[in-house]
Amino acid sequence: MDHIVIDRITKSFGAFRALDDVFIRIAKGAIHAILGENGAGKTTLMNILYGLYKPDEGQILLNGRPLRMSSPADAISHGIGMIHQHFMLVNSLTVTENVVLGLEGGLRGVDYAAHEKRIRELAKSVGFDIEPAAEVWTLPMGMRQRVEILKALYRKADVLILDEPTSVLAPSEIGSFLESLKTLRAKNHTILFITHKLEEVMHVADRVTVMRHGKVTDEVDAAETTPRELAQRMVGRDVIMNLKRVKSAPGEVILKAEKLVATDDRGVRALDALSFELRAGEVFGITGVDGNGQRELSEVIAGLRPLDSGHIMASGRDIGPLDVKRRKDEAGIGFVPEDRQHTGLVLDYPVATNFILRDYDRQPASRHGLLDFKYMARNAADLVKRYDVRLRSPQQPVRFLSGGNQQKVILAREIEAKPKILVIMQACKGLDVGAIEFVQNTIFELKASGVGVLYISTELEHVLDIADRIGVMYRGRITGTLLPQEATSERLGELMAGVASEVV
Amino acid sequence: MLDWMILGDVLRTSLRLMVPIAFAALGGVICERSGVYNVGIEGMMLSGAFGAALGTFLTGSPVAGVMVGILLGAFGGAILAVLSIRLNVNQIVAGIAINLVALGLTAFLARLIFGLDATTKTLAGFTAWAIPGLSAIPFVGPIFFNQDPLVYVLYLLVPFLHWLLYRSAFGLEIRATGENPGAADSAGVPVYRVRFLCTVISGGLAGLGGAYIVVSQVFVFTEHMSAGKGFIALAAIILGRWDPVSTLLASWFFGFCDALQMNLQFANPSVPYQIFTALPYVASILALVGLYGRVKPPAATGLPYRRESKT
Repeated sequence: MDHIVIDRITKSFGAFRALDDVFIRIAKGAIHAILGENGAGKTTLMNILYGLYKPDEGQILLNGRPLRMSSPADAISHGIGMIHQHFMLVNSLTVTENVVLGLEGGLRGVDYAAHEKRIRELAKSVGFDIEPAAEVWTLPMGMRQRVEILKALYRKADVLILDEPTSVLAPSEIGSFLESLKTLRAKNHTILFITHKLEEVMHVADRVTVMRHGKVTDEVDAAETTPRELAQRMVGRDVIMNLKRVKSAPGEVILKAEKLVATDDRGVRALDALSFELRAGEVFGITGVDGNGQRELSEVIAGLRPLDSGHIMASGRDIGPLDVKRRKDEAGIGFVPEDRQHTGLVLDYPVATNFILRDYDRQPASRHGLLDFKYMARNAADLVKRYDVRLRSPQQPVRFLSGGNQQKVILAREIEAKPKILVIMQACKGLDVGAIEFVQNTIFELKASGVGVLYISTELEHVLDIADRIGVMYRGRITGTLLPQEATSERLGELMAGVASEVV
Repeated sequence: MLDWMILGDVLRTSLRLMVPIAFAALGGVICERSGVYNVGIEGMMLSGAFGAALGTFLTGSPVAGVMVGILLGAFGGAILAVLSIRLNVNQIVAGIAINLVALGLTAFLARLIFGLDATTKTLAGFTAWAIPGLSAIPFVGPIFFNQDPLVYVLYLLVPFLHWLLYRSAFGLEIRATGENPGAADSAGVPVYRVRFLCTVISGGLAGLGGAYIVVSQVFVFTEHMSAGKGFIALAAIILGRWDPVSTLLASWFFGFCDALQMNLQFANPSVPYQIFTALPYVASILALVGLYGRVKPPAATGLPYRRESKT
């Protein structure tokens, strides 16, 4: 019998139809993947299942009975647990406190010891190695996600909805996460797995529903399909899965890092005498396990983090004394940060304003200290078109754009400034296939035009696709530099784990 | 030279001067832990002082006065709660508005009710009450255990608030709401209700602090008698890192500065007294400057919470 039936649900926001007559049947004790590009309506659907939105038409059947929900609390009481893409955890509280939060209320003491014991047992039964007394901020992302799952299980959820669960995980964490889904399935939990990553779907899902533009385009058994077929259904056209690298002759050294030393936010050394060279017309990829100094490297180059020692030379000039603005204007450094929502954009500003964040104080964006709104509108319309940003209006706050479209806004702004050097971090994280293709093509165009691109990413397959040389970071150093053809998984694994290499 | 007797005297006085600041600051801890800045503490204290005078004036009982004081303070808290939580008025602006309204309204009502010669009429109040046994301990006893009843209330309040914040279900809700209201909401915590309650509690405690000044210290109501103690309480909250026990100690530090300045004032009549009265305020500025960048308020304090749900 079907555990859940999503029975012909339609949902509109204004004139925009986010879900159009969606019908999905989900079997009990199965892993059911919902696959689609950003903006296909997956998240809207999940928010309806979780009681956050009310559908305009249609209903949800749980065990054959229609479900009436007006809040997440109702969903929880029906055994539906949601693991959001951005974790709903209070970082300053312990694991136990987070799990217990909301279960009891009022002026009564909480028996934390008893809860802690039960949580420890529950974690053990599903194979999670978690210390309930740890404060959440001390845990790596993969652990935090397990805390979210424990929260749902502790509330006796038998349906788990996971929204893009792997997008926040380090590559090394994904494998064990997928295994834990299988453990949960073995315990007869029904799992709804929202994603746009084909390989993960192929790896764990029993059944796959593909969505596009708010409609279900296909529903198949995972065993009876191929990644290529799914990708086609998702984007509605053929995707070039392995891009052909564009050849270009590297020019002179345009960015040179010499023995960079810097500390992270906690005061721990994050860059440890790191050196590299980047040439014009070259894409230098930097990869490694998350948290080995990649973010700090991108920040010291952009000018957001002070160097303790070392030099950064851009076209032969030491840019150490320059601030962010002068690095952009005088050294030609463009920056696409890792945290696009907080560092890259002002979320509550309109898209058009976000486009001129870097050039607001000069012509043509402003004149004599006054903004030129006509220019801003013209500029926005032009960039939206050229960079294929999907939105309702350029006056819309950028907050309401999907992740891929937010990334396009940042890329457009940074590339239109005609940089000589582009530092781009986690460019494809959380993006769908179509957006990734767009980003990669954009980088190839930049490279062909002689821009040096420093491409920092933990997503190995993207780095391999795009980089001319690949540096691997481990504990603040580059442990080795490889050409793509040398980059076997064995060799990369060694470097990522810090096994020293001969100088290339 | 401070000899032991003078030190004992300063400490005893410091404790009494600490009380209004401590009540207000402890309430502020609860409020800010839930995510609402209570800049209106000063006005709520003043309302509490006025309420205490009014209640005592009408009934002749300081206990009734304290009750009215707490009620008026809590009413101020409720106004802040409605403005900032319901109507999404900026918390700081709403707090300042409450301070200004309280200042004007209490002065006006005081003249109306107590008359122009209000300051000459002394109200009934509390006197020191030595706890048998404990007050006999040498040196420490007279300082801590020969005080008026509201000081003992404070002694009991601190461990209770510690329990409330760290051991009770409501405390867990408070801490979660102040750090990440979105997460608390998705876990089923009634974010708005928690914040509302905490703001009202904060107002009530600030009112109690104000009431103390009237019924235990000066026994009259005068215009703007809170005299910036509410703002010192705000500093004590930061110095106390949003923790009840530490905030009590921070309040005591400010009380001690105040007691010290009084002592210095009497000992040095030739120096202009304004230099000494400024001491607690200077101390609060120095304490905050010293802590700058090293203490972090609850992450969501000051930010209005709005559910992102669109229906």
